[in-house]
Amino acid sequence: MALPSPAPLLTAADLVVGYTAKKTPHPVAGPLQLALWPGELVCLLGPNGAGKSTLLRTLAGLQPALGGQLTMGGVSLADLRAPERARQLSIVLTDRIDAGNLTVRELVRLGRHPHTGWLGGLSAHDEAQVQAALEATGTEAFAPRPVGELSDGERQKVLLARALAQDTPVVLLDEPTAHLDLPNRVALMRLLHRLARQTGKAILLSTHELDLALQAADRVWLLPATGALRTGTPEDLVLSGDFAAAFVHEGLAFDAATGTFALHAPTGPAVQLVGAGAAAFWTRRALEREGFVPTTEPAALRVTVPPAAPATWLSQAAGQPPQTHATIEELLRALRKTADAQAAAPGTSR
Amino acid sequence: MRPAQLSAAPASLAAGPRRPAWLLALAGLVLLGFVLDIALGPVRIPVLAVVKTLLGQPTDNPAWAFIVREIRLPKALTALAVGSGLAVSGLQMQTLFRNPLAGPSALGLTAGAGLGVAVVMLAGGSVANGFAIRALGLAGSWTLVLAATTGAGLVMALVLALSARVRDNVVLLIVGLMLASVTGAIVSLWQYFSAPEQIQEYLLWTFGSLGGVVGSHLAVLAAVVGVGLVLAFASAKPLNALLLGENYARSMGLTVGRSRTLIIASTSLLAGAITAFCGPIGFVGIAVPHLTRALLRTADHRLLLPGACLVGAALTLACDCVAQLPGSQTSLPLSVVTSLLGAPVVLWVVLRRQNIRSSLT
Repeated sequence: MALPSPAPLLTAADLVVGYTAKKTPHPVAGPLQLALWPGELVCLLGPNGAGKSTLLRTLAGLQPALGGQLTMGGVSLADLRAPERARQLSIVLTDRIDAGNLTVRELVRLGRHPHTGWLGGLSAHDEAQVQAALEATGTEAFAPRPVGELSDGERQKVLLARALAQDTPVVLLDEPTAHLDLPNRVALMRLLHRLARQTGKAILLSTHELDLALQAADRVWLLPATGALRTGTPEDLVLSGDFAAAFVHEGLAFDAATGTFALHAPTGPAVQLVGAGAAAFWTRRALEREGFVPTTEPAALRVTVPPAAPATWLSQAAGQPPQTHATIEELLRALRKTADAQAAAPGTSR
Repeated sequence: MRPAQLSAAPASLAAGPRRPAWLLALAGLVLLGFVLDIALGPVRIPVLAVVKTLLGQPTDNPAWAFIVREIRLPKALTALAVGSGLAVSGLQMQTLFRNPLAGPSALGLTAGAGLGVAVVMLAGGSVANGFAIRALGLAGSWTLVLAATTGAGLVMALVLALSARVRDNVVLLIVGLMLASVTGAIVSLWQYFSAPEQIQEYLLWTFGSLGGVVGSHLAVLAAVVGVGLVLAFASAKPLNALLLGENYARSMGLTVGRSRTLIIASTSLLAGAITAFCGPIGFVGIAVPHLTRALLRTADHRLLLPGACLVGAALTLACDCVAQLPGSQTSLPLSVVTSLLGAPVVLWVVLRRQNIRSSLT
């Protein structure tokens, strides 16, 4: 594995995370061997309950580790005093923000907390850092607005700006893409990736957006329900089968060929799909949704995709003349009818 | 102090250009209320004579100077301490618990102080019959403050210990109300088995009054409230960090346990001492923080704390002016007036905020 930079910012050795209830430790995940390098965007993936939030909160010092060592730049995090630790690690949590009266700029200013004196007065340097954080996240335009008036996407960017203003080498984010619509999710991931590259920070985020994480992450930390963490570039983890294995308990089938999770269980007959390009891709998706099993092998049903839309689709059942269809909708309707007829008639391919 | 420095930054000018003006206007209002509070009463003293006396100049009527110095000035000073102290105490509680309904009385703090006072009055009274606050000397006032602060502090510690287990603010509020109820019941039980004269003394205390805090008592009250306010102003930065909740505060390097202790100590001192000397005065603690936030349109405690002091003092002085029923010889209990005026203020703020919210979504 190629190391992007000489030394990792944050390392964990035999880290065990979990919680303590009634004085009994309940480990959730571990022992974990982790390393975060500068300039990397790392996505922490895993099914619900695997301990993603617990791990992030432990790294941020919000809850004690049940075992193992956390070191940052050669210093054990346990030895750092709270303000020193806050200058090394910042975190964006899923906690609800109640302070609706706070303006965006005031909220971002709070990030300077570990850098200011006991009265909390901001120096010119602090204000410059706040301004830089606002600009980097594209939130400067609504700096005077109260936080309570922001949309979910705007608020997430503002919370990120607060973490940036804290000016730490490591930034942690707990499910920053939750509650965001698709354009905002994509925009946020793009922003985080760019920030990691430009600022040299190590950015670690937990997310349920597997598709997005596979595309944006430099490295993936895969935390299955069993607690045995796998790390690597997303592509390596997909090809090694670790990715599919991590989610198999959730009843999800990961298709390494397409990089997607199968949403629909195949129930219908096989359909030979002939063609390439975008039209073939979307025809394949439509067939899968209908329960057909698209294949490149010869089958009783055959669909020929036009080279470019708008054009006509050809479908042909064994021993029948081909039919033409102007849209995928028409194609599906015809296929359904054919499949039903084949299922009803004995002695056919079904 | 801080506000002027803050407003020097261009950004906060853009966010709220009128904040320093508001603070100045509030200070003016407090001054006006202060003079008016001294002028009004069974004997009406001309405002000019009040100002002259306050500035140490002789007036036409020596009796006026006596009334001002011996009765009205201590009462107005008490109003200042009570208003700013309760307002700051309420502000701290609302931020610490992240609950808009929190306040010294809602979480059982006032009831705790009441229990402390009841212990001293009813138990102490049984030994030295019929001792009133006014009759107690300096040692007595310290005992009262200590008892009330201990009572308030015990309830507060209990609420906090439970708050560590109960994360839900609504549940915590119910816990506080239950604590207040239990403490109140203990006081009632005590009263039931006490002599009528002792109960009367305690009942008078529960009506709340700014009068009677003179001389050494005023010095004690001012000292304790002063310490409480200094602690509160010192916790402005932790309070700001706590705005985003405990987790964020901790992630920003705040030692939450120590800050909590500081805030509780400050709140208990303020609410305890004020309740000990003046009785339970409702609504200032809950209403003033909301009013201040609405006026200053900020959540920065370096502005809110002085703001709450000013609004609290102005409101208490205004309530005391009303309580004297200008033009009559009688006066109303202060806690009745603050509640009568305070409840509509809270309603107004809450309804207005809801309007703002619905117009935005």
